[in-house]
Amino acid sequence: MSRMNGMNVKFGYRDNFLGDIRPVDELFAQNVIIEGNRGVINAQGMRHKEINDVLRETAKKGVTDITVNNVFGQRYIGTRLYFPQNHKPLTIEINKFPGNDLGAFLNGHKIIVNGNAQDGVGNTMDDGEIIVHGRAGDVVAMSMRGGKIFIRDNVGYRTAIHMKEYRDKLPVLVIGGTAQDFLGEYMAGGIVILLGLSLKNGEPHRANYIGTGMHGGVIFLRGNVEQHQLGKEVGARELDDADKKIVAKYVHEYCSHFGGNAEEILSGRFIKLLPVSLRPYGKIYAY
Amino acid sequence: MYSYLLPEFMIERLENRCIRCRVCERQCANKVHEYDGELDKLFSTEENCVGCQRCVVLCPTNALYVRPRVSDYRPNSSWTRDKMQNLKKQAETGGVILTGSGNDKPYRIYWDHLVLNASQVTNPSIDPLREPMELKTFLGRKPDTLKINFDEGEVKIESELHPNVPINTPIVFSAMSYGAISYQAYKSLAIAAKEFGTLFNTGEGGLPVHMRKEFGNNTIVQCASGRFGVDPEYLNSARIIEIKIGQGAKPGIGGHLPGEKVSDDIAQTRMIPRGTDALSPAPQHDIYSIEDLSMLIYALKEATNYEKPVSVKIAAVHNVAAIASGIVRAGADIVAIDGLRGGTGAAPLATRDNVGIPLELALAAVDKRLRQEGIRHKCSILAAGGIRCSADVIKAIALGADAVYVGTAALVAMGCTLCHKCYTGKCNWGICTQDPYLTKRLNPEISSKKLINLLKGWSHEIQEMLGGMGINAIESLRGNREHLRGVGLEEWELNVLGVKGAGE
Repeated sequence: MSRMNGMNVKFGYRDNFLGDIRPVDELFAQNVIIEGNRGVINAQGMRHKEINDVLRETAKKGVTDITVNNVFGQRYIGTRLYFPQNHKPLTIEINKFPGNDLGAFLNGHKIIVNGNAQDGVGNTMDDGEIIVHGRAGDVVAMSMRGGKIFIRDNVGYRTAIHMKEYRDKLPVLVIGGTAQDFLGEYMAGGIVILLGLSLKNGEPHRANYIGTGMHGGVIFLRGNVEQHQLGKEVGARELDDADKKIVAKYVHEYCSHFGGNAEEILSGRFIKLLPVSLRPYGKIYAY
Repeated sequence: MYSYLLPEFMIERLENRCIRCRVCERQCANKVHEYDGELDKLFSTEENCVGCQRCVVLCPTNALYVRPRVSDYRPNSSWTRDKMQNLKKQAETGGVILTGSGNDKPYRIYWDHLVLNASQVTNPSIDPLREPMELKTFLGRKPDTLKINFDEGEVKIESELHPNVPINTPIVFSAMSYGAISYQAYKSLAIAAKEFGTLFNTGEGGLPVHMRKEFGNNTIVQCASGRFGVDPEYLNSARIIEIKIGQGAKPGIGGHLPGEKVSDDIAQTRMIPRGTDALSPAPQHDIYSIEDLSMLIYALKEATNYEKPVSVKIAAVHNVAAIASGIVRAGADIVAIDGLRGGTGAAPLATRDNVGIPLELALAAVDKRLRQEGIRHKCSILAAGGIRCSADVIKAIALGADAVYVGTAALVAMGCTLCHKCYTGKCNWGICTQDPYLTKRLNPEISSKKLINLLKGWSHEIQEMLGGMGINAIESLRGNREHLRGVGLEEWELNVLGVKGAGE
């Protein structure tokens, strides 16, 4: 076995995830303090898998309120918390900066981030809540199926791509700032609310291809967009009373998390983006 | 209906045999046969016929013949009838020509140019009827080294092992979703996989909740670009999770399940509203690189507590060996390679017939490359696309596969006659349709038995051939190209396959 660059490289193979993982018992003993149903984890220096090992172990002790400190880029926080039996929703507070795929496949827990989040927040999330006191990266809420995500500031590209709904499973994504291109691409269900609070007065959203391929769900957008910024599968409408109620509900919820004046936000101009067809590609074939 | 097209089939009804029972009329979803009560006579609309032969085999007096109608145009090797008729259809609609099932073009089938070895004199052959012959295969990542501790007569494995899934025969049913195929066909696959101790694959259509407990242990669930039906329970109910990157029948493009096929049950399983198109985008939008693939692989491992192997399925394309190496390095436990002749429920004809490379070459290239890099043990290889018989299976294993996926073969076992009209939703055999009048023709209890018989027959044939080579475990054949020789192949082909010519 050869060692190159001081890393454990065998035949040029390096395991970024599973190499040198420390046993969970050891990490748990050193980094977790539990008091009643509250737990505090110090994630300093933990690898992706380690932090989730420790989270799972802490949850299994019956703790429902967990604070994770010193998080710096570790991925998949909250993903490995699926317990078929004795499912208790947890509240996880993350201090500093979680890595990619925060809350991927999330199963009903609540995650609060006091910092920025990266790519893939709520990837294929099933249920629960993610609240980010900061910004988030690309593909936020990709294929999200249920639950709620609140992002205080801006988000990156391809937000809410292929978000979908089924009966009582209705995902909701509220973004305080603005989004980049391909917002709501392939969107098949759910509600996206884009508030544009980070824009200066009158400054338009910059995203292009909004709702390209959209065939379900709705985007409520506050502020200005030009027709050429919208995908050709999307139509823009005025809000009706039912829509206004929905938007008001989630804007109040947004303000309860991050502060701000809900009435002032709601007094801004909203438009509603809807797919023009449930079957955007129904007519491209010759049978 | 298109104008000026020649019928593809001609129907001959022997009037002296026809008893006017009208079975043909009831059986045909394409409305080819029609009874005229006044004349007491059955008439045919040949233009509608797809040549599935359902009416022929069900005719009680063998009064029907359905034959391909040979090209009546002026013979032309370049402008074949297919080319001209498809062009005419497009001229009328401006649409994309759709097709179903696998590539039927005469690309070289390498299985038919490879022959197997047998023992003579210098090495005894083995009779599997009386001697042990192991077909059990373990799918998943193997450790670099195995540390064993002997303690007071007890043997303990000290190395940390990765999750592996045992299958009783190296044959797995390939991904066919509920939606693409009927519930009856889907369930038949599940029953057969469970009975025989192998696996079936849900495709991207979800796994109905009521089947999770009973069949979960024999299920490979897919997580594909549309993420249909994916929730934590779905992932955790399965034995293996497969990330679908590509499909041999349509490399590089996604899938559209048209809204009219999204019935209540399918809507529930896929977790989308009834009647909407189920669009699977061409790429997975969180995967633009090997690093991103790695991120999804480990997201799925996290979501299932590292208890299940993760497979990555790709279509066989140029540079497949380098791609497979990247997939293994990204952390996949299984690499599934789907070749040029892999089937589909619907694909654009141009893509199906022209994109991708033959499985045999891809498989051999991947196996060779992973060995050269010393990482072959880190994954199992599943070979898919055009496996037609037990000899194909055994040749695939000798070329480096751990096991094979069979899709078309399983459908044929259930009744499919390869009419290639899967995309119309009018499958007279009840396989590739959601019309209850048609799907009830397929009884899962009966068709699962046929699938079990298929696995049984093939497994026995594999044992016989293995025994003939003097090998008593399928593992010893994996990647063992010494047992293969090429016949009628060019030198470059032998090189890619890593096989000597016959006689060498």
